[in-house]
Amino acid sequence: MSERVAVRKTYKLFIGGKFPRSESGRSYIVQDANVALSSRKDARDAVVAARAAVKGWAGATAYNRGQILYRVAEMLEGRREQFAALGVPGDEVDAAIDRWVWYAGWSDKLPQVYGGANPVAGPYFNLSAPEPTGVVAVVAPESPALLGLVSVIAPAIVTGNTVVAAASPSAPLAAVTLAEVLATSDLPGGVVNILTGRLAETVPTLASHMDVNAIDLTGVADADLAADLEVKAAENLKRVLRPAPADHDWSADPGITRMTTLLETKTVWHPKGV
Amino acid sequence: MTATATSARSDLSELGRSETALRTFLHGLPGVDQVGAEQRAAQLGTRSIKTTAKAQAIDLAIRMVDLTTLEGADTPGKVRALAAKALRPDPADPSCPHVGAVCVYPSMVPHVAEVLRGSGVHLASVATAFPSGQAPLEVKLADTRAAVEAGADEIDMVINRGAFLAGRYKEVYDEIVATKEACGDAHLKVILETGELATYDNVRRASWLAMLAGGDFVKTSTGKVPVAATPPVTLVMLEAVRDFRAATGRQVGVKPAGGIRTSKDAIKYLVMVNETVGPDWLDPDWFRFGASTLLNDLLMQRTKLKTGVYSGPDYFTLD
Repeated sequence: MSERVAVRKTYKLFIGGKFPRSESGRSYIVQDANVALSSRKDARDAVVAARAAVKGWAGATAYNRGQILYRVAEMLEGRREQFAALGVPGDEVDAAIDRWVWYAGWSDKLPQVYGGANPVAGPYFNLSAPEPTGVVAVVAPESPALLGLVSVIAPAIVTGNTVVAAASPSAPLAAVTLAEVLATSDLPGGVVNILTGRLAETVPTLASHMDVNAIDLTGVADADLAADLEVKAAENLKRVLRPAPADHDWSADPGITRMTTLLETKTVWHPKGV
Repeated sequence: MTATATSARSDLSELGRSETALRTFLHGLPGVDQVGAEQRAAQLGTRSIKTTAKAQAIDLAIRMVDLTTLEGADTPGKVRALAAKALRPDPADPSCPHVGAVCVYPSMVPHVAEVLRGSGVHLASVATAFPSGQAPLEVKLADTRAAVEAGADEIDMVINRGAFLAGRYKEVYDEIVATKEACGDAHLKVILETGELATYDNVRRASWLAMLAGGDFVKTSTGKVPVAATPPVTLVMLEAVRDFRAATGRQVGVKPAGGIRTSKDAIKYLVMVNETVGPDWLDPDWFRFGASTLLNDLLMQRTKLKTGVYSGPDYFTLD
């Protein structure tokens, strides 16, 4: 019997639940693998997919979203070897799985912690409830490749936002493999979209895009680029999460700021009828 | 094609006199090469139109839009808002042209007429028991007259597909002639409802029938059946109007309607018009898009070209 022909893998983008190549047809090489080098137009397509997914995902019950995030943790658990083969340390995979579970638990608790009844001087019930802001662009930190990406995506989607994520340019293989996990986790197509390639090509498009509601600049290491992106984001008053410091400890308790920054508060006045 | 048209040139106007002559002529039209038409339409869709050409195409497409609302839930307020949008599609940009026409049900015509008066935007009304066309002729004609009296200057009629498919061409012909007469000065657009005609041969025959009977426009669809305007169907209709002008000297317009939602699609149609019938038809008087959601996409693309950043649906009115 002759030797098997090798099945060589191309690491593609993740847009709208599908794995397309870059519309530009370009790729670059990381760890001997071809990875799609996304363009401005891929970013545009990803925003369209993310916008289309907002209604269903924001409209799903908090309980259901929590279940789906937990399912992501389950699926990730079964892919340890694949991440190990890409050079992701075992304890980082553990931490990433734990992070999914941790955020999954927040789905139906955050509105209780962050919203509530306000005391007002009048015969009204006054209630504040947090709501998702919509489409969020996130820039994953350069490293850790897996834990860093999970730590920026999970807090955005758990509350009902949809995400266009720019993966770490130097370590995109873990990001695309995470996309394969997400694609098999009951997560509706378009809720998470992942772009690989140069940040300077895709992120300015996302920052200036009028149909993106918030941007998380965590992984933008270049201070000038970060300032420029904030200026672009100001055009339609996007919510902005500033870049993380280079020595940020990703294994520490993340707190709830990442979730709460990407929310809008709806306050309702309702007559008591006395 | 040309040979048939030339031989028929002398007596085209006589065809409507008898069922047999009409049938002989329509069935004498050469058949449409289905694979060829589909491939040609697909190939024309691959042209790349960028920068200044794209800006020009988008503005032209906006001027060609028949901004349409044909819902049971239409209210006077809703159609007035739509008419206001037709006049100033992008309130933030005075250089944005107005659309070609507003298209509504007959009962909504008076409400739109008061907004559009003197603006240059046409007012189209569907008539003749739209969308099925299954009503007695007197009812259809009364429907048409009522719309014209209320202020419509374009009438979108539906052909009697039941009669057409049963081969009663004379009946369809006579109905179009009668409707044209009821229209008076108003332009008559004839909706073929190509989604129900089944074959491209039928589309070609129905186009010729509508043109012979005096229609000023041939329109693909009502938008009420699953299959609406497709590029190959529009190609077949464009070829028909081209050949009809060659045979008779009279120019007839074309209006694809339904299913055209993006600027990209609209530009593909414009390319097809230019390549099939030439620049004579690249004008809102001779080519229209029946659409509602298309306009917002055109406006978003227009804004993108002007500002350099992608726009979003939040910045344009819902309709």
